[in-house]
Amino acid sequence: MLTTDPAQVEQWRELRVRVENASSAVERDAELAGSAKRTRRSVVNMISSAGLGHIGGDFSVTDILTTLFDYTLRIDPADPGKAGRDRFILSKGHCAAALYSTLAFSGYFDPAELSTFMAPLSALNGHPNRNKVPGVETNTGPLGHGLPVAVGQAIAAKLAGSGARVFVVMGDGEMQEGSNWEALMSASQYKLDNLVAIVDRNRLQQGARTEETNALDPLDEKLASFGCEVRIADGHDYASLITAFAPSTTGKPVAVIANTIKGKGVSFIEDRVEWHHKVPSAEQVRLALEELA
Amino acid sequence: MSIETTQPVQTEAERLSAAPTYDNRTAFADELIRLARTDARIVAVCNDSVGSSNLTAFRDEFPDRLINVGIAEQDMVGVGAGLASSGLIPFVCGASPFLTGRSLEQVKADVAYSQHPVILCGMSPGMAYGELGPTHHSVEDLSWLRALPGLDIVVPADRQQTRQAVQAAVANPRPTFIRVGRHKVPDVSIEGAPLVRGEFQTLRDGNDVTLIATGTLVSRALVAAAELEAAGVSVRVLNASYIAPLDIAAIIGAARETRAIVTAEEANIAGGLGAAVAGVVSQLERGARVPLRILGLTEFAPTGNTDFLLEYFNLTATHLVTAAREALADA
Repeated sequence: MLTTDPAQVEQWRELRVRVENASSAVERDAELAGSAKRTRRSVVNMISSAGLGHIGGDFSVTDILTTLFDYTLRIDPADPGKAGRDRFILSKGHCAAALYSTLAFSGYFDPAELSTFMAPLSALNGHPNRNKVPGVETNTGPLGHGLPVAVGQAIAAKLAGSGARVFVVMGDGEMQEGSNWEALMSASQYKLDNLVAIVDRNRLQQGARTEETNALDPLDEKLASFGCEVRIADGHDYASLITAFAPSTTGKPVAVIANTIKGKGVSFIEDRVEWHHKVPSAEQVRLALEELA
Repeated sequence: MSIETTQPVQTEAERLSAAPTYDNRTAFADELIRLARTDARIVAVCNDSVGSSNLTAFRDEFPDRLINVGIAEQDMVGVGAGLASSGLIPFVCGASPFLTGRSLEQVKADVAYSQHPVILCGMSPGMAYGELGPTHHSVEDLSWLRALPGLDIVVPADRQQTRQAVQAAVANPRPTFIRVGRHKVPDVSIEGAPLVRGEFQTLRDGNDVTLIATGTLVSRALVAAAELEAAGVSVRVLNASYIAPLDIAAIIGAARETRAIVTAEEANIAGGLGAAVAGVVSQLERGARVPLRILGLTEFAPTGNTDFLLEYFNLTATHLVTAAREALADA
């Protein structure tokens, strides 16, 4: 099990204070954008050295992760199991590189560990393992697992009266899994207004566009008909995400459709299906890091 | 002076066969409610199975602590994992075929691999649903779940062991599957004997042949042992109340101290108790690799009630006797 990096936690706390106390939205968003760029650079380096990874989905979810960890979540990386904490589950566990980078920069563990991504016996498996990586709430990888677990955590928070909120991110292709819809039905039945289900809507799945594979639209109407308060957000706009992640106003579970671009942040990777899990060449790494400087 | 002649002398086997029998679900529900009164961490999760999981009284007493997700087993197990990850002790109850089959990947990823201390309660396992057929039989559960590291598999043989399994889950929550029997069985465990994690219970000692039985087959093994003993064969009977962790020491003891082993389970033999025993015995030294007979299912069941099907698959005391004699003849 990796352990907290106190110095990194301190840096993260200072970032949270700067974000919280920014004198303007522009200043706040500049802090978040800097953090997101650092995560994307880390993802490029990790995937490049591992020779494996899911760079497209890592980049589409990065701004969502940044907003959650650097602004929204009430967590303490120095005490990952703190009672009453907000919970976060990355149900699209194949985007582990973005999650690990976010967790490391938040101080859950030493960022130096990121260089071991997917190396033999590394704690940083291709899909996250809660028994090795602090900050991971449940093991994900097979799709359609995170939301039911999040529903259980939201019910537990209600039973405890803790006021904690539970955030879970699914890929949009992942919404083709039936277990998600089972979970949404129970979230609605139990009036889990402390649950925020976020769909990373990049419109691409492994082999093709979602709408050419097993169409999700009208996703907003589907989510609404399952009893959610549906919010549409720009998944790369911090102000939009911050608003979307605010507490429920209707007593219903919140479903956020975060419209994103797969591969966001590097021009030649953006919105291209082949970059689902392609590994950049040395030259592409150089170009990518240049764009993310 | 009068001599009582109204009753013929009953053999031990006849006495055991005539013992009153019980549905273990009743003991399960009673114990769960008793413990829930003093432990607020206990919650129950079910898939519309309030009645068939005997949770009606639990719901009436703790309405907020029964989470019924409807007919949605994948959600049910995931919700259980979420509750467990929040410090609660969820007893996730569903008909065993659906709990283990439909949500097997959730059991693997969300419970065993994640190590969330969920208590999976497979109700009405084996062929308890008799005539409803193979879709409703849970005879693959032992095979499937044995392949998952970090998941305890408990098969209580009677009311006492069922209560003890519930107590153990609360005293030391860990990922666990409990096979909660519906087909009525007599009391077979030694009164007051503890249910020890990872240990078989020795119900009878002997040195010719060992019968290792689990769940519904334990009482039948005792009857078989009594019949064999009456014919001069010394029989050891082990109640396999834990399938995982496996009592390797007891299996080795049986192989070294008796001349043959017979296993019996209301489950498919591909990967169940018998396969587990064979896996241990086959690794032992020459002389300890004793003849082994494995009784269990080999195909999908035909139509019939539970007793008929147990007979059909040779899961009776009579067949255990025959298997023991065959194994001894090979020794």
